[in-house]
Amino acid sequence: MSLMTKEASETVEAGAPAPRSIRGTPTSAPVVKPTAAVTAATRIKIQDINAFYGEKQALFGVNLEIPDNAVTAFIGASGCGKSTLLRCLNRMNDTIPGARVEGRILMDGIDVNGTEIDPVQVRTRIGMVFQKPNPFPISIYENIAYGPRTHKLTSSKAELDEIVERSLRRAALWDEVKDRLGKPGLGLSGGQQQRLVIARALAVSPAVILMDEPCSALDPIATAHIEALLDELRKHTCIVMVTHSMAQAARVSQVTAFFHMGKLIESGPTDQIFTMPKVEQTHDYITGRFG
Amino acid sequence: MKQLSPASRARYFRRQLVDRVMSGLCMVAAGVGLVLLGLILWMLFSNGIGGLKLSVFTNSMAQPGAEGGLANAIVGSLIQVGLGATIGAPLGMMVGVYLSEVGKESKFASVVRFVNDILLSAPSVLIGLFVYQIAVAPMGGFSGFAGALSLALIAMPIVARTTEDILRLVPQAYRDGAVALGSRENEVVRKVVLPAAFSGILTGVLLAVARIAGETAPLLFTSLGNTNWSTDLTQPMASLPIAIYRYAGSPYPEWVSLAWTGAMLITVGVLVLNILSRFSHAAVAGKSQG
Amino acid sequence: MTTPAAHRPLIGARRMHLGDTTFRISLFAAGALVIIVLFSILAIMFAGGKLAFDTFGLGFITGTEWNPVTQIYGALPAITGTLMTAILALLIAWPIGFGIAFFLTETCPVKLRGPLGVAVELLAAIPSIVYGMWGFFVLAPFMAEYVQPWLTSTFIWIPPIPDTFYWFTAPPIGVGLITASLILAIMILPFIAATTRDVLLSTPQLLKDGAYAMGATRWEALTGVVIPAVRGSLFGAVFLGLGRALGETMAVVFVIGNAIRMPDSLMAPSATIASVVANSFPEAEPGTLDLAVLLALGFILFVVSFGVLAIARLLLRQERMS
Repeated sequence: MSLMTKEASETVEAGAPAPRSIRGTPTSAPVVKPTAAVTAATRIKIQDINAFYGEKQALFGVNLEIPDNAVTAFIGASGCGKSTLLRCLNRMNDTIPGARVEGRILMDGIDVNGTEIDPVQVRTRIGMVFQKPNPFPISIYENIAYGPRTHKLTSSKAELDEIVERSLRRAALWDEVKDRLGKPGLGLSGGQQQRLVIARALAVSPAVILMDEPCSALDPIATAHIEALLDELRKHTCIVMVTHSMAQAARVSQVTAFFHMGKLIESGPTDQIFTMPKVEQTHDYITGRFG
Repeated sequence: MKQLSPASRARYFRRQLVDRVMSGLCMVAAGVGLVLLGLILWMLFSNGIGGLKLSVFTNSMAQPGAEGGLANAIVGSLIQVGLGATIGAPLGMMVGVYLSEVGKESKFASVVRFVNDILLSAPSVLIGLFVYQIAVAPMGGFSGFAGALSLALIAMPIVARTTEDILRLVPQAYRDGAVALGSRENEVVRKVVLPAAFSGILTGVLLAVARIAGETAPLLFTSLGNTNWSTDLTQPMASLPIAIYRYAGSPYPEWVSLAWTGAMLITVGVLVLNILSRFSHAAVAGKSQG
Repeated sequence: MTTPAAHRPLIGARRMHLGDTTFRISLFAAGALVIIVLFSILAIMFAGGKLAFDTFGLGFITGTEWNPVTQIYGALPAITGTLMTAILALLIAWPIGFGIAFFLTETCPVKLRGPLGVAVELLAAIPSIVYGMWGFFVLAPFMAEYVQPWLTSTFIWIPPIPDTFYWFTAPPIGVGLITASLILAIMILPFIAATTRDVLLSTPQLLKDGAYAMGATRWEALTGVVIPAVRGSLFGAVFLGLGRALGETMAVVFVIGNAIRMPDSLMAPSATIASVVANSFPEAEPGTLDLAVLLALGFILFVVSFGVLAIARLLLRQERMS
């Protein structure tokens, strides 16, 4: 299943006038829908990643395969490198002066960490959601329309409206905001803002969405909303999430990777990591006996 | 309360006394300052309001005895300030964006920041002399354009400074969000950072306009002043500050009266711009908290 | 419909992206322009004033005679007038400005702080020509009528430096050094007050709380804890005020008396570099020594203000960093 087909099918659908799609689910293309997410095809292959901030090495030879149509959780103590690895995937580290990333990150057979790769194009395929909701100080509509406009995905207002509605529906926010699309995005509650930025990321139809502790600034009810949403979203995308909450990793992820001091200690199906970790360090961390 | 020894009670009393006296002196200082400044404003209005007639706005400067006004000076000021801000403000914004978004803490940016701060408070009379040397002497004459250029050079560092300060208040999260959506550097700045800071930058521009509207010294060397109606940018051009300067030093009461009226007008204009800028600043401050 | 972005190739020449390159180059150019302007001012002033430096040599700075008729120009009277008015203005304005700042940050009722702070900042925005007019029409007559006679009789006991300086003993003509200093003081007062207030406000409340917790009075907290913590910035504010006073033109031109000679008292009519430049300019034709002299004066003023402002910025920035 290639990204191209999926994208194309969605675009065709968006352009079609009659049937309004609810979630932008591709109908024409044969989408592989695995019953168990873990068995899904690999979306991203991380090979021998070393990351440096100036002199300080933040990641040491990380190898990891991230499956499609699943939520992969990165867990570990603060400063273990989980956020650094997440930011490697969409080349966000390029924006930090002095940051350097060595190694290969293969997506659809292309090394997105390669020097000849345009990081801007990487980021259109790999969306990102941050710890604190960061809607732009413009209207709800304009927030969603930002990506499609920037990348000139549409030529007509109707098409853009379509994308905005579809993205908001996929982020389970449409019903709450459909009557006030022209109102500032910053006027929404924290949980709604976070769903708004998820919708904003979805609007450019990324194949992968990275989430950096997306619920750490939210209350439990908003967190529950987002978690339910993740479960829905993963049906059509690959989600990689950094979380400091073990319970959250256990609840929403299918694959878990445990990091410690810049090294990937262990990764595997979430059930297995939480019930019978192979490495003692993992066991200690998960049971809270970590020193 | 514990009984204090006489010595420590005396010391306590003395310390309290020092505190009271110094605080009192500071209050007096504030009072003196405010009274002085209030006095200036009061004199300005009491002398200026009498000369405020329609002819001030409809008639050009005229010989003593004739019903003269300041129309040419007001229009000349508007043209020169307008053109000066049109040239200076965008340049200043670019400098501000450079410092905040591109140069940041680099060596070159630090030098630019430092030099900009110096230009910000450099004597404006020297800006006038400088523009005279580069744009008046070689071009063979005083001109409204030279006046506008000198005002632009004064506006630029002001706008640069406020733009940088405001852009630094724009949350980094906006930039990260835009980058993560695949925006190029210039798109991040143009589509997200600048719109978020718009009203703050407007504040800077308004403050710069207020500042250059009252500048007199640089215009003495550049647009010179003109007693006749002229909107030709290649010719000497009248301006309110120069008119005030020439009229205030004149022996004719009607000219002196016009000078007071002009001074009042310019002060009101500058104060209104300052108050306006305060509102737009408050707006951006509120927004970035939201 | 255009191709969706995600269909564009991942591989792209990112270093040569046209939009970003133009963006960076134009911004860099704007930054460079700032530096170019500063050095152009220095270079143009120096080049224009070279004739004066060549003609008089070091004597241009030390010469006390200024005579357009004999074409002998010495800048010392103007330099002296500039330094004396600026320093006197600072001596008058600083204590009051500091008092206002302390009042605004500590003892003023909270409700009044905002409006008073705004008032101070608004007064800093009034154009200098307005101060000049006020000085000329209101302050100078008042000085001549009341203040100067009083100063003369009160300070008659200060021994004069014979044939050189008579302090407050001079005819009360209103305009002169002391009046110019007063006007300058009033002008820079809001600046000093506003900058000092910002500096005082930047002190962490923890520092003050620490002092209060040990039983210090407000004044003791200020002198014992706050001032030592922000000493550099406070000096920075002073230098910033000095920088403004040195280069101020319009307020001074009206009230200094415009006499280009060594002042023999604090009430003597005098001149500053800025006032000489503004006043003598109409008679100075391009290419003549008369104009070269003004440009040379401008060069000196620029170098001096540059130094003072540079010190001010360094002092203010130092604190900002730490």
